Amino acid sequence: MIRVTDVIKRYSSEVAIGPVDLTIEPGGIIALVGPNGAGKSTLLTMMGRLLGMDGGSISIAGHDVARTPSRELATIVSILRQENHFITRLTVRQLVGFGRFPYSQGRLTPADEQIIDRAISFLDLTGLEGRYLDELSGGQRQRAYVAMVLAQDTEYVLLDEPLNNLDMRHSVAMMRHLHDAAHTLGRTIVIVLHDINFACQYADRLCAMKDGRVVAFGTPEEIMTSEVLTDVFETTVEVIDGPRGRLAVYY
Amino acid sequence: MTVPSPAAGAVRAPGRGRAPGRLVDPKLLLGILVVGALLVASLFTGVYDIWGADDGAAMFAITRVPRTIALVLAGAAMAMSGLVMQLLTQNRFVEPTTTGTTEWAGLGLLLVMVVAPEASLTARMIGAVVASFVGTVIFFAFLRRVTLRSSLIVPIVGIMLGAVVGSISTFIALRTNSLQIIGVWFAGSFTDIIRGQYEVLWITGLVGVAVFIAADRFTVAGLGEEIATNVGLNYPRMVLIGTGLIAVATGVVTVVVGNLPFLGLIVPNIVSLIRGDDLRSNLPWVCLLGIGIVTVCDLVGRTLIMPFEVPVSLILGILGAVVFIALLLHRRRRG
Ligand SMILES: Nc1ncnc2c1ncn2[C@@H]1O[C@H](COP(=O)(O)OP(=O)(O)OP(=O)(O)O)[C@@H](O)[C@H]1O
Ligand SMILES: [Mg+2]
Repeated sequence: MIRVTDVIKRYSSEVAIGPVDLTIEPGGIIALVGPNGAGKSTLLTMMGRLLGMDGGSISIAGHDVARTPSRELATIVSILRQENHFITRLTVRQLVGFGRFPYSQGRLTPADEQIIDRAISFLDLTGLEGRYLDELSGGQRQRAYVAMVLAQDTEYVLLDEPLNNLDMRHSVAMMRHLHDAAHTLGRTIVIVLHDINFACQYADRLCAMKDGRVVAFGTPEEIMTSEVLTDVFETTVEVIDGPRGRLAVYY
Repeated sequence: MTVPSPAAGAVRAPGRGRAPGRLVDPKLLLGILVVGALLVASLFTGVYDIWGADDGAAMFAITRVPRTIALVLAGAAMAMSGLVMQLLTQNRFVEPTTTGTTEWAGLGLLLVMVVAPEASLTARMIGAVVASFVGTVIFFAFLRRVTLRSSLIVPIVGIMLGAVVGSISTFIALRTNSLQIIGVWFAGSFTDIIRGQYEVLWITGLVGVAVFIAADRFTVAGLGEEIATNVGLNYPRMVLIGTGLIAVATGVVTVVVGNLPFLGLIVPNIVSLIRGDDLRSNLPWVCLLGIGIVTVCDLVGRTLIMPFEVPVSLILGILGAVVFIALLLHRRRRG
């Protein structure tokens, strides 16, 4: 369970996120949606202990993220940020291998190698595993980052816009894969999505944020209504019944 | 662009990410042989006739052997310091001489010698190491505040910082009549290395061992604070350890040899271009190339205007600048 209690982040006198109160039950996909600047990334990075908070507390599976040693947390929760950039020249496989660092401290065992193989093939990177990251396209690189997080094999997974740069086929494949992981392995996956239709299709819960606060939390049926979405995104959104459930139309 | 080839995966054989177990890489062996040959050449290069003169063997042991050992230790230490610094800052263009660390070491050395002219080698070394540490911490603190961490601005600011510290040293030296100390430090050279004075350089060997042990952790740190924290690395502690190792290596080398510009910059970059950045398997190459380059520069310096010597720092500076510019152009081309 992820428990967010009265969390506040103050960037400056004008910009503040929170207070946010949120309880996420274990298991399933929780989609964080909301307009640009709503505070989705801020909340997610605080959950992943990459950003300190100015008030409140967050606990994941009973561990206070501000106090638990990083090394211990790394086996419970993994996080992928919206932007990733580094100068180190690594191959896809080496990068994914670092997902095993919390367990192996760099000395990969055959079991680690197997998990790495699996993460690589899940994300359709098998043919690219020997390539350097700076020789990949944006979407290929994004898949490599997600593979690294999956190789970390944690109960809780936090992903900030993992569908960035992905084409239709790979977006669907990634969401299906995450859905499987959430339901067959009981993982809890919190994921920031901009495509509300994807969110409705694959998530078990939607959490809508606006102006630094959670304004709606519920099942896709509860959130996917014209009123809620129009209010959250401040743009007219119609919700219609499509062949596979509801569809938001906003263009 | 190239088409993703399924063969790439097949050739690498699944489960063999970094080819463990192969202890002696034939290429590495070749590298060791080449550098070994250079070191032998270094042992037998010089004005003094070690074969003919009566005290030839003694001179050989007093000057040539220490000089060659110093080349090995200093070359490897500076190359590794550059590598660790680049990983900790996530900037390809930093190394002890482009961040002011060597200038700080020089200042520390000078202060000790001004305050206590009779200070022992150990005391001078401690002064240099402490000053390098302080200087590196200041530089890292500055770096946390800039957003464009991978940009060229970073080394430019570092060089400026170094210039300021260097001029403070010059000022102090002028006031205390100790300009010659600055001169010796500025023109890093292996000329004066003799038995009894170079032995502290072995400390850098310990630094090397520490870097080898922490290699994977440094590679993870090189992925940036966030990814490193995500996989459970205690990032601040790693930065502290890295800074300490850099300070010790730079401080010791500065006291014994002097300034060795650009070595830590060009060596890791060349290795990374050719082999990527898997630190643990790269370290032997970084050490080897560092040793190779200083040795070649020292040999050139010794033979160019025989019987006199050109300081190795001068040759390194010229070579380093050329390689530096080539690297810049190369990286720009690759985007
Ligand atoms: N490092 C920072 N310093 C100052 N303000 C920041 C910082 N990071 C984010 N903010 C501000 O905090 C607010 C929330 O930002 P956040 O990145 O959490 O939004 P988001 O919901 O993830 O948006 P997007 O959909 O664009 O990714 C924004 O107003 C942003 O300008
Ligand atoms: Mg965001």
